[in-house]
This record gives sequence, C-alpha cells and structure tokens, in this order.
Amino acid sequence: MGLDFTVVPEHLDVILLGCLWTIFIAVAAALVSFFGGIIFAVIALYAPWIIRQPFRLIEWVFMGTPLLLQLFLIYFGLVQIGIDLPAFVAGIIGLGLHFAVYNSELIQTAILSVDKGQMEAARTVGLSRGQALRKVVIPQAVRDVIPPIGNNMIALLKDSALVSVIGVSELTLSAQRAIGATYRPFEFYLVAAAFYYVINLCMEWVQRRIERRIAISR
Amino acid sequence: MTDTEHFVEIKHAQKSFGKLEVLKDISLNVARGQIVAIIGPSGSGKSTLLRAINDLDALTGGEIWLDGVQVNRDLPYRQYEKHINQMRQDIGMVFQHFNLFPHMTARDNVTMAPKLLKGLSKAEADALAEEQLDKVGMLERIDYYPSQLSGGQKQRVAIARALAMKPKLMLFDEATSALDPELVDEVNQVMKKLAEEHMTMIIVTHEMDFAASVCDRVLFMDKGVVVEEGPPSVVFKNPTKDRTREFLRKHLAGAK
Repeated sequence: MGLDFTVVPEHLDVILLGCLWTIFIAVAAALVSFFGGIIFAVIALYAPWIIRQPFRLIEWVFMGTPLLLQLFLIYFGLVQIGIDLPAFVAGIIGLGLHFAVYNSELIQTAILSVDKGQMEAARTVGLSRGQALRKVVIPQAVRDVIPPIGNNMIALLKDSALVSVIGVSELTLSAQRAIGATYRPFEFYLVAAAFYYVINLCMEWVQRRIERRIAISR
Repeated sequence: MTDTEHFVEIKHAQKSFGKLEVLKDISLNVARGQIVAIIGPSGSGKSTLLRAINDLDALTGGEIWLDGVQVNRDLPYRQYEKHINQMRQDIGMVFQHFNLFPHMTARDNVTMAPKLLKGLSKAEADALAEEQLDKVGMLERIDYYPSQLSGGQKQRVAIARALAMKPKLMLFDEATSALDPELVDEVNQVMKKLAEEHMTMIIVTHEMDFAASVCDRVLFMDKGVVVEEGPPSVVFKNPTKDRTREFLRKHLAGAK
C-alpha cells in the first residue's frame, strides 16, 4: 500500500487548527522564556542570597528533570493543591519556564561580558545600578545572545509537541486525531512534519531580521 | 555657602588596595572655573584620584567636597546610593575608551539620562541633544550609532553626553590617549571651548602641550603623592623637583 495524500484535504481544517495552536503556544512560551530568562538572570547575578535560593531550586528542577515530567507536574500535580490550570496554560508555563532557565544561563554570561565601562559610564551620569542594568547593560547583553536564544526557540517549537500529552490539540495531536479517523499515519505525520518545517523557516526568518536590525547597534 | 575658592576640595585622600597604597594623603583645592591637569607616570595614582572624585573608586580615607557638599558622605547604603547618584549628576566624566552606549544613537546617548532622571519631554530632550551635539560639532551625526563614528567623534559625543546633565565639574580621564594622533586635536578643541566657557575641569593627561596651553594649574603625581604643583609655566619650564624633571625629560623624549 503506497502513500496516498488524497485523504489529507478532508482533514486539513483539523491540521491547520492544530498548527495555529502550535504557533500560539510556541510564541507565548517563547515570550515567557525570554522575559523569564532575563528575570532569572538578574536574580541569579544580583539578588540577595535569600531570594536566590528558591530560584536555584526552580532552576535545578527545570534543568535536571524531563520536560514531559514538568508538564505532568504543572498540569496534573498542581490540581491537587487547588491550582487547576487549563491545559494550554500549563503547557505555556511549562515550556516557557523550561526554556527560561536555559535562556537565563546565556543571558547571565552575556551580562558579565558587557564591558565594565558601560556600567561606569551609566553610573557617572547619575543612574542607579538598577537603572544602569535596565537601560544600558541588559539591552546589550540581550543583543549579544539573540543567535543562541534563537536556537533555543527552535528547540522550544519542536518540544511544543510534548504538550499534546496533556491534551492540547496542537499540531502533533491533531495529526494523531486525523490518523485515528483514516488509519494513514505516514501521510499525516509527514504533513505535520512539513508544517513544523515551515514554522521553523518563519522563525529563522524573523531571527535573521532581528539580527540584521541590531547589527549596527553593537 | 558656596566658596568659589574651594569649589572642589580633596582633603587627605587615601586609598589602598590591600597592602598597596595608591593614594597617600592627597589634598587639593580647585576654584570654580579653574582647570587643573594631573600628570604623572602610569601607576602614579592619577586616574584613581580622578575616579575617587565621583566615587567610582571609593577612598579608604579622606573627604571629597564639591560646591559645599561632601561627595563621599558616610551614610547607610541605600541613602548613600541616593546621595551619590544625585552628586554624580553634577560631575561629568569622560573616559579614555569613550564608553558610549553602542545600542543607542548619539542623540539617545545624550538624552537617556536627562530623560530618565530629570523627566525631560521628548521635545525638550531633542532640543538638548541638538544643543549639546552642536556644541561639540556633531550635530550632523545626531542619529548615527557609535559604531558608525570615528574615535574622535565618539569622544565628542561622550563629552556631549556628560554636558547634557549640566554638570558643575568635568573630569577627563586620558580623554585623548586612545585616539589616533590625527583625531586628538578635534577633542582638544572641544575641551578648549569648555575652558573658554569657564567650566571647572580636572584633566588627567599625557599631553603636556595641551596641559600647558589650557590649564591654570598642573599637578605632578608619582607613587601616590603630589610631587610638585603649580602653574604650567613653572612645572613645565622650571620644575623644582628632580623627579618632575626626570619625568618630563623622559616623556618629551618619548613624545618627539
């Protein structure tokens, strides 16, 4: 029995809807991971010891355990203590924090490698340390890590398939549903793969545009 | 209460890094509008002294006063941070390596702090940027990023950035040392202009000709002490101390 893609158009609406969910979850989680990464980095570098410790625990949990387990914990585990999140929210938080921890590592290194003269120059015109970080140091650090953060975001997009296990009808789960109706796994998994590939291309394009725009200001 | 004779007052400044004493009991008065050059071999403590004036390098002993207010007051941490941020608005500083903010245009480099700290509107900030950048001859490059400017142009923007806070005192830490020789003059011209406007300035420099032409007073420092001090005509032409003579001879031989 060969490949037969004629069954695909009939189920394309489901696949496209799944595709939109994937894009939505990936973009939302990317934003969480980006700003979360900055916040984690600043806490790791500058917060007092007492505040740093709980964040080190969070960091350890999100770096040292499988993302799948983290999603189960957030979706099924939190219900037990009365926090009942919709599946897609749990997915965004899980993916977002998981990658925030990785982004934080990158941003910490970048903050430390911003020339010391930048902080000094900002302080000499009267900025506080916090203002100098916000206006001068962090914007430069973030510019320096756009390429590796972009790589993390592509990994995030691929890992977003994991949120299918907590019942979010994103691209992978939608493909599985279409397969359930047609018994055509090869065709629909290939279609899903093609969509992931296209979304990836779009992300790379956005990243290149950002990199070009900031090239002049480094 | 403002005492123009003691506009900047350094009293018994002392600074150690562990056992190493880089400033040994230095006292200095600068009158309002006066221009003082600090010269000396590297490691003499001249940059450390300059950086102590706005507390970039904290003194381990002694006092710094500006216009009747003590800069390095003994206050609890949070209060001190507030106090020093306020003081630093009155003390402009220009660095050897410019330290322009690379992610901002010349305009934003100049206006960032006034907008943030003095609450200037966009129109006021733009007017300020135009005024200050015009003063240093960089108005045509107002929307350029530092990476698009030469070293001399960067340093002129850095001077405009410092002037935008309307400081009472300007500190120059080897402002032309990192520049290609042909770019030094454009920066010196700007500093001369400030001198003509009676800006109080303390200048750490290796350029004896420039120091001789604009400064009212020259300090020769070595090993953490002021060896000799006086008007440039005396310090450069008839130094009284052997150490000064030796330094000048070596320096002039190296420069020519």
